[in-house]
Amino acid sequence: MALGPRVKVDVVLKRFEGTGEPLFANLSFEVEPGSVVALVGPSGVGKSTLIRMIAGVDRRFEGMITVGGLPASEAPPAGLVFQDSRLLPWLSAIDNLRAVRPETSRDEARHWLDRVGLSGSGDALPDQLSGGMQRRVALARALSVNRGFLLLDEPLVSLDRHLVTELQNLFAELIAAEGSTALLVTHLAEDAARLADRTLLLEGRPARIVADRHFPVARQDRTAPEIARLTSLLSGEAKELTP
Amino acid sequence: MHRATAAGRPGRQIVGRSLEIASLPLLLVLWQVLAMHYGNRLFPTPVDVAGRIAELTTAEKLVPDFAKTLGRAAVAFVLSMIIGSAIGIVMGRVRWLDRLFGGWLVVGLNLPAIVIAIVLYIWLGLTEFALILAVMCNKIPLVATTIREGVKSFSHDLDELAVAFRMPFLRRLRLIFVPQLMPFVLASARTGLSLIWKIVLVFEVLGSDGGVGFRINIFFQFFDVTAILAYTVVFIAVIVIIEYGVMRPLEHKVSGWRSVRA
Repeated sequence: MALGPRVKVDVVLKRFEGTGEPLFANLSFEVEPGSVVALVGPSGVGKSTLIRMIAGVDRRFEGMITVGGLPASEAPPAGLVFQDSRLLPWLSAIDNLRAVRPETSRDEARHWLDRVGLSGSGDALPDQLSGGMQRRVALARALSVNRGFLLLDEPLVSLDRHLVTELQNLFAELIAAEGSTALLVTHLAEDAARLADRTLLLEGRPARIVADRHFPVARQDRTAPEIARLTSLLSGEAKELTP
Repeated sequence: MHRATAAGRPGRQIVGRSLEIASLPLLLVLWQVLAMHYGNRLFPTPVDVAGRIAELTTAEKLVPDFAKTLGRAAVAFVLSMIIGSAIGIVMGRVRWLDRLFGGWLVVGLNLPAIVIAIVLYIWLGLTEFALILAVMCNKIPLVATTIREGVKSFSHDLDELAVAFRMPFLRRLRLIFVPQLMPFVLASARTGLSLIWKIVLVFEVLGSDGGVGFRINIFFQFFDVTAILAYTVVFIAVIVIIEYGVMRPLEHKVSGWRSVRA
């Protein structure tokens, strides 16, 4: 099975747009092909900005980010979930999926909506859906685009507890099946414990990596007690993580 | 679970629709009652006016006059929308151009229509071209301003979405840019239509070789209020047909998703 791309982040300097204050300075790390890294850290540390930089959306920085050897902005699109749902309000759920990837057939779009628990809502406009449902359309959109590379910015925020577990399992399954490389921003320790191979804890201004934890047990081999143990460990280590 | 929408209240919709339908007949009844009460030849009844419409139509004056005015208005409207939209889009997207030419728009918006018409008539003569140009000079700043504000209000988040998913330019234009722009185009088209009709008429009164304004000016010389109202009623009928036959269906088509949000 082919694995997702290697991601190399070498940011010399990234400033805040408004104040010009340094957000990142000499920030470097690598994500191995097919591995999942959870980015954690306090609000405002720059996690979402980093995700946008890796997605090739934010190019105003000094340094280089490569995805599969290509500059981030030239690499094929990632299956990206923004912090907000960011749907096109004039298009139905199905058409929102097809808008970003025209090759997606209506049936395929319906399939992805089914996978996130939105059977029968394909023709609804975003404003006819609740916040949680809109979030799931955004997840389905990212999954439909995913070709081995996912960027997930708080993907399971504002969802019911039972859905969170269901979707965590779905992500785990799809990431394993595709051999995807993924970066995950989360404040849920359980997300990281269930999905990630490694966590990077960002802190300070400019932000730096203060902890780089590799989990010893492979994702697919983690049992419920192991996940519970990791969840507890992570929430004790980073105060901004909630179990 | 889908949210309840306005479309889910049929009772209220029927009442609202009935009120809309009753609106214009109510105006006609009021007019008839007032005209009968005053009984003056300078305040004819709707029935008198209807008779005069028939008379003017058979005399082959009304239709050619309307064709002329509608033709002028249509040409001026289409050109104003195209040029005004282009200016508005550029000024909305390029900040330095907006800063440089924003003042010109303010000047354009505040130039009295009559001044533009008189000056252009003096410069270019009482020609068709001068009339249409004068109308356009009045309308373009309004369209450009509306479109510029619309473009400025575009969602930066959706631009990011397009970049993140590497949407090609034409796709971005069709799925992200145009849907955001259309409500502003429609708003400027609607205000533009009503403004252009009025300006064309005024300019035709001022100097032209035919058209509704030209004919109303002649009726004015004879204090022929019935004929003036006959032209006015037909004029309003044309506007209502355009409003309900073109503008509203178009608006529903391109902005229907907004009613879900309301």
